[in-house]
Amino acid sequence: MSFALEARGVTRRFGALAAVDGVSLALQQQRIHAVIGTNGAGKSTLVNLLSGELPLSAGQVLLHGQDISRWSQPRRAAAGLNRSYQRNNVFLPLSVRENCRLAAQARRPAPWKVWERAERCEYSNRIADEAMERCGLAAAGDRLAASLSHGQKRQLEVAMCLATQPRVVLLDEPLAGMGAEESQRMLALLRTLREDHAVLLIEHDMDAVFAVADTITVMVNGSVLASSLPEDVRRNPQVQHAYLGGEQEDADG
Amino acid sequence: MKTRIAWIAAFALLALLPGLPEPIGTAFHLELGAQVLTMAIFALSLQLLVGCTGLVSLGHAAYFGAAAYVVAMLAPQSEAGNGWWLLAASVGGAALLALLIGLLVMRTRGVYFIMVTLAFAQLVYFVVHDTSGFGGSDGAYIYFRPEFRLGGALLFDLQKPAHFYWFTLASCGLTVSGLGMVLRSRLGHAFAGIRHNEQRMRAAGFPTVAYKLASFVIAGGFAGLAGFLYAVRNGFVNPEILSWHQSGNALLMVILGGLGSLAGAMAGAVSFVLLSEWFQSLTKHWQLLMGGFIIGSVALLPHGLVGGFRALRRTRPAAREIAR
Repeated sequence: MSFALEARGVTRRFGALAAVDGVSLALQQQRIHAVIGTNGAGKSTLVNLLSGELPLSAGQVLLHGQDISRWSQPRRAAAGLNRSYQRNNVFLPLSVRENCRLAAQARRPAPWKVWERAERCEYSNRIADEAMERCGLAAAGDRLAASLSHGQKRQLEVAMCLATQPRVVLLDEPLAGMGAEESQRMLALLRTLREDHAVLLIEHDMDAVFAVADTITVMVNGSVLASSLPEDVRRNPQVQHAYLGGEQEDADG
Repeated sequence: MKTRIAWIAAFALLALLPGLPEPIGTAFHLELGAQVLTMAIFALSLQLLVGCTGLVSLGHAAYFGAAAYVVAMLAPQSEAGNGWWLLAASVGGAALLALLIGLLVMRTRGVYFIMVTLAFAQLVYFVVHDTSGFGGSDGAYIYFRPEFRLGGALLFDLQKPAHFYWFTLASCGLTVSGLGMVLRSRLGHAFAGIRHNEQRMRAAGFPTVAYKLASFVIAGGFAGLAGFLYAVRNGFVNPEILSWHQSGNALLMVILGGLGSLAGAMAGAVSFVLLSEWFQSLTKHWQLLMGGFIIGSVALLPHGLVGGFRALRRTRPAAREIAR
C-alpha cells in the first residue's frame, strides 16, 4: 500500500551541521503521527522540508506514492499537502475571514477573472466559513487577525491550513502557548481532523501527544531515535534516557 | 459605493475644466492639467506595484519611456498616425519590456529588488541614449499628434487642447477603474496577501513569483499608457524620461500621496506636479523648496496625504464627542 506521505532518508545540512539527518517516516490516512524531541532536534526543519519550504540536501519525499522531492511549496500545497506554523504566520492587517478566504482561494485562484470581486467567489467563502467554524472562529470572522488573542491566532493558523483543503496536514506545535481550555479544544479538533486527514503533529506537550497520537517518532539531534506505538515509546529505555526520563534518572540518582 | 461616487464626482469636476472662464480654462491650464493627469497615470501604475503588491521598483521610468519611444519611432513623419495602433503598440511594448525585465528581477527581494530594477532601467536608458537610431541624447520628434478615428469620424481631435485634456482624463479614469477592478478581484487580493506575507501565500499554494510578475506587467502596461500620452502631448522624447530621476519622482508621488491606495497615487501626483510648477515659478532653487515640502509632509503625515485626510475625518467625530 502507499502511504499518504512518506519521508525516505530526508536530510538537510546547514554547512557542516545536519539539522535533519536521514529521517524516514510514513504518514497514513486517518492517523495522527506525532514527532517529539527536545529543542533543536530538527522537528521544525523536518516540517519545512516536507512542506517544501526548504530544499532537501538528500533523501526523498513521497505524497501518495508520488515523488515530490523537487516540487515547490505552492505545488505541494495545491496537491493537498499543507502545514501550520509554530510561530503565528498569518495576515495580521486582514480580517479573520479574509485570512481564511485567501487561503481557500489558492485552490480556485482564477487570477484572470479580474472583473469578478474576490468576495463573490462562492467556493472560497464556503470553505473559509467551514474552516472558521471547525476551528472555533465562527464568531470572530470580522475581527482583524492582529486583534486576536494568542490562542485564537493559533486557531487561525490551523484554520488557514485547513482552508486549503489538504489531505495531509503538518501541524507545527499547534498547542504552543495555549491555555488549558484552549488546548482541550485544539485536541478535540485534532481528533476530528484524524477522520479525514493524515496528520503530522509536532508537539512539546507530552500529555497531549500521548492523548491523540497513533504513532510517535522521537527525534534527537536531527535523527530518529525511535518510532512506534505510544506505549512502546513510553517503555523504550533509550527514549526514557534521552528524553522522557532524563529528569526521573536525576531524581533516582 | 461611497468611494465610487467620490471618484465619479472628482472626474466629473475635472471634466469641467475646459469650460471654465478665462483666467482658468486657458490652453496653458489644459496643458498643465493633461501633464498632471499623465503623471497621475504613471503614479497609479507604480502604486499597484509598490503599495498594493509590496514590490518597490526604482526603475519604473523604463516602461514609461519605452512606450514614449515606441510612439516616436512608429509615428509617421509626414502625416498623423493611427492612434489606436500607436496606443496598442506602445502599451504592448511597455508591457512586453516589463515581462522581460520582470522575468529576470523577480527572484530578488527587498533592497536587491530595488537595485536590480534600477540597474535594468539604467540599462534601457543607456541603450536608448547611445543608439543613434533612437536619436541619442537629442531625442526624437513626433511631428503629428495621432488620430483616433472610429469608422470615419474623428473621436478626439488631439490638436485641440480641450480634446487632448479630455482624452487624457478619460485615460486616467480608465486607469483608476481598471486598477480598482483588479484590486477588488481575486488577483488583487492575492497581491495584497503577497504584500502582507509572501511566505504564507506560498504556503497556501500561490505561485507568488507568477503573481508578482503579473503585477509587474500590468503596472508596466499602465506606465506605458502614461508614456504614450506624454509623447503625444510633448511631441518630443529624449532619454531623460527614462532616467532614474523619473522613476524616483513617481516613487515620491506614491509615497507623498499614501502607499496602497489609488487615491493616494492621484493626490501625490497632483500635488507633486503642481507644487513643482509653482516652486519653479518662485525661484531658481525650487528643488530646495520641493525637498523641504516632501521631508515635511513625510515627517508629519507618515501615511501620506490621503492617510492624513482619513485621520482628520476620524478624529473630528471623536473631538466632538469629547467636546460634548
